[in-house]
Amino acid sequence: MSQTRKQLLTDPLVDNNPITLQVLGICSALAVTSSLNVAFVMSLAVIAVCGFSSLFISFLRHYIPNSIRIIVQMVIIASLVILVDQIIKAYAYEISKTLSVFVGLIITNCIVMGRAEAFAMKNKPFDSFIDGVGNGLGYSLLLMGVGVIRELFGSGSLFGIMIFEPVSNGGWYVPNGLLLLPPSAFFIIGFFIWGVRTWKKSQVEAREYKIQTLEEH
Amino acid sequence: MSKLNNILTKFKKMPVDGMTKTLFVAITLCLVCSMVVSFAAVNLKEVQEVNKAVDKQKNILQVAGIYYDGIDVEKSFSAFEPIVVDLNQGKFTNRFDPLTFDDKKAAQDPQLSISLKEDPASIGRRTNFATVYLLKKEDGSLDKIILPIHGYGLWSTLYGFIALEKNGNDIFGLQFYQHAETPGLGAEVDNPKWKAQWKGKKINNDSGELMITVAKTQKYKDHHIDALAGATLTSNGVDNLVKFWMGEAGFKKFLTNLQNGAA
Repeated sequence: MSQTRKQLLTDPLVDNNPITLQVLGICSALAVTSSLNVAFVMSLAVIAVCGFSSLFISFLRHYIPNSIRIIVQMVIIASLVILVDQIIKAYAYEISKTLSVFVGLIITNCIVMGRAEAFAMKNKPFDSFIDGVGNGLGYSLLLMGVGVIRELFGSGSLFGIMIFEPVSNGGWYVPNGLLLLPPSAFFIIGFFIWGVRTWKKSQVEAREYKIQTLEEH
Repeated sequence: MSKLNNILTKFKKMPVDGMTKTLFVAITLCLVCSMVVSFAAVNLKEVQEVNKAVDKQKNILQVAGIYYDGIDVEKSFSAFEPIVVDLNQGKFTNRFDPLTFDDKKAAQDPQLSISLKEDPASIGRRTNFATVYLLKKEDGSLDKIILPIHGYGLWSTLYGFIALEKNGNDIFGLQFYQHAETPGLGAEVDNPKWKAQWKGKKINNDSGELMITVAKTQKYKDHHIDALAGATLTSNGVDNLVKFWMGEAGFKKFLTNLQNGAA
């Protein structure tokens, strides 16, 4: 794989992460991270949809009329999402019971749409596919990170396997109920963004304004 | 042939942003995508239906206390006899095939359901016919009665089963197979420890009054289930739905008839 293609895949992991840098796709990150199993399947679904939608849109990029390009992208993304949803229902029924609502919402996930509009419309199919998968992976990385914190401290388990035996089952750990509620993901994502921007200073945005003091006049 | 070629070259030369090509792209894309989607939906439907059926059977096995990991669900399920019950009469009916009868669909059908005036479980319409499952012992005598129940909690309708001992009054277990209550709070209705409380509780007292209650404070030991901490509305929902389905508008008539051998 050439250097640029590798970059397409790895850049979105940290340097250009769709969630921490671009702050896209937050809503679904709140909804599906209370358990790792669900977050994992959701990650796979987003990687698949993001990759293939970029691929197909890039194939068609010279034939898509400008006036209807957004709706064309939406139709392709929506069809892929329905496809993924049907497959999950057929082969991972238990998970589909909690996930189905959110899989449908991948259609409105800004990351997928953003990659289609910003990258796939202007680049070659294979590059677009790599870019889509890369961004899906970046999203997944954060999703899993948030999921680990929420499931471990919210219900004392990881991937459904007990790590801290909660009090309700006769153990010692008192689960933090807040972590199971969607708002907690906001805090955790906020801390992640803080952490990443402290580590990589270049991600800090320039101030839009500065409060002036009298002396400077 | 050359005419067709002419049209094709003409079409190719048209600007991508022109009206004709825009319409052409829109219609072709919609057709292709709808074909892909419907192809997937039709082909996967069978697997999905099987999943749904197995999931329901698994829940019935669980509520009857005979489920363990790795069990052959379909084989074990043959110990159950599904029968459709006419709730108004409180009697078995052979008007429908229990294997294909769909309670949820019937509840939507004005012919097969009634609109509830008093509706504590917030279900709107109640089906007149419900599929119950009778677990038979090896000698063919009745062991347990599994009844379908549902009602509104905090966010969602909870669908589940309640398993009764053969006297129709002692609860063996309760289990919900579909709900969307808050994880960690209302969703603790799935907690095995909480579910274990139901075992051995009695629905009615000796004079036949409906006593079973889900509440914070204990009034009657034999009829009391501790409410879930931090999930008052879900607990109230479960309380209401169990009372509703065990009451006159629910299975009470049927259970009485069953005891008297008149079902």
